[in-house]
Amino acid sequence: MLSTGAAVTTKLSSQHDHNHEHQAVPSDVALRVKALESLLVEKGLVDPAALDALIDAYEHKVGPHNGARVIARAWVDPAYKTRLLADGTNAIAEFGYGGQQGEHMVVVENGPKVHNLVVCTLCSCYPWSVLGLPPVWYKSAAYRSRAVIDPRGVLREFGLDLPEDVEVRVWDSTAELRYLVLPERPAGSENLAEDELAALVTRDAMVGVAKVVAPRLENKHERHT
Amino acid sequence: MNGIHDMGGMQDMGPVQMEKNEPVFHTPWERRSFALRLAAGAWRKWNMDASRHQMELIAPADYLRMSYYERWIEGLTELLVKTGLVTREEMESGKPAPGSPKATPPLTADKVPAVLRAGRPASRDVEVTPHFKAGQRVRARNIHPTGHTRLPRYARGKFGTIHLDHGVYVFPDRNAHFLGEKPQHVYSVRFTARELWGEQAAPHDSVYLDMWDDYLEPA
Repeated sequence: MLSTGAAVTTKLSSQHDHNHEHQAVPSDVALRVKALESLLVEKGLVDPAALDALIDAYEHKVGPHNGARVIARAWVDPAYKTRLLADGTNAIAEFGYGGQQGEHMVVVENGPKVHNLVVCTLCSCYPWSVLGLPPVWYKSAAYRSRAVIDPRGVLREFGLDLPEDVEVRVWDSTAELRYLVLPERPAGSENLAEDELAALVTRDAMVGVAKVVAPRLENKHERHT
Repeated sequence: MNGIHDMGGMQDMGPVQMEKNEPVFHTPWERRSFALRLAAGAWRKWNMDASRHQMELIAPADYLRMSYYERWIEGLTELLVKTGLVTREEMESGKPAPGSPKATPPLTADKVPAVLRAGRPASRDVEVTPHFKAGQRVRARNIHPTGHTRLPRYARGKFGTIHLDHGVYVFPDRNAHFLGEKPQHVYSVRFTARELWGEQAAPHDSVYLDMWDDYLEPA
């Protein structure tokens, strides 16, 4: 365990390195977090083994592969798709996914003339149970600020240039509903099995900043993530 | 609160920067910060709304400078002190107060899967009369609460249409301040992009927001 007695309350603002590079020496924030963990463990407020279990869950168990299975099922099973769009929470629970930041799920469907995009302008709400923890760009000021006022510009930065006749629907996650985009099944995927389809579905497609591309078409499209 | 966190519609924040093959956490301290907040939350001394509001209270310049998990740690530190789990002196010394009893953590490793699976639903199984119904025209109230709210500035005063009724949920404007849950209906409300942003917006685009009854008035 760590040495104790380091102050936790130092303000971060004046001492932080902001470029997200990996650092050779511990940053001040790293020391502060160590001091906080040490204090909370010593006081019996948190169990270090529980911390390890929480980290393991989100690093190794929960992630976009969950959502991808849901999407692939919806593509091959019309009855499942109907359930998924009518009651996302219960349909997703059929896979055993739910709970923390997936308590109340809404699934929105993309089509040839409709494209859905998910954001949380006020913080960084995200459907953890099906996508895992959000990427840095989803939590960034750039994305949070512009997704609602300039969704087409944001999508172009992701390499997706939508024609004017496609209706863009932006979902701002202002309450406890969490949104998952059901992307269009790509042309050329007709002969793929459900698990092969799941392997095509990306996190970005389920947030709505990308489309799903079939394997033989993949090389023709520039992928940005 | 008209704070920096309410970013929808701001401009000049730069391009969206994606990272290829991004790891779940970038540093060990991010891992620990994430887990500390969840584990400390298991004491149920605060709720999600209070936790969000605590991060909104970070000074605007600091908020913009900080990374996501730094805000978590900043918010967590304040919540621990505010709710009395840790004293200010303990935070400053980094050591438990001499003679203070050692607590038993509510969340142990064996309970983690069940706790994550259960989550903390914000819906409430109570009868509350909805004030609006699907298809109805509404206006988002032009209100500027100084506390926590989930009504973004960019939608205030704007006209929209009720898309659907999600059911009854805890009302964050009260819950964040430990003033009770005031459960009420939440609706998905559709605003045309042109109603929100004027003629510069694409003619058929729209933004959907989830809004509590108290945020809306008939139009």
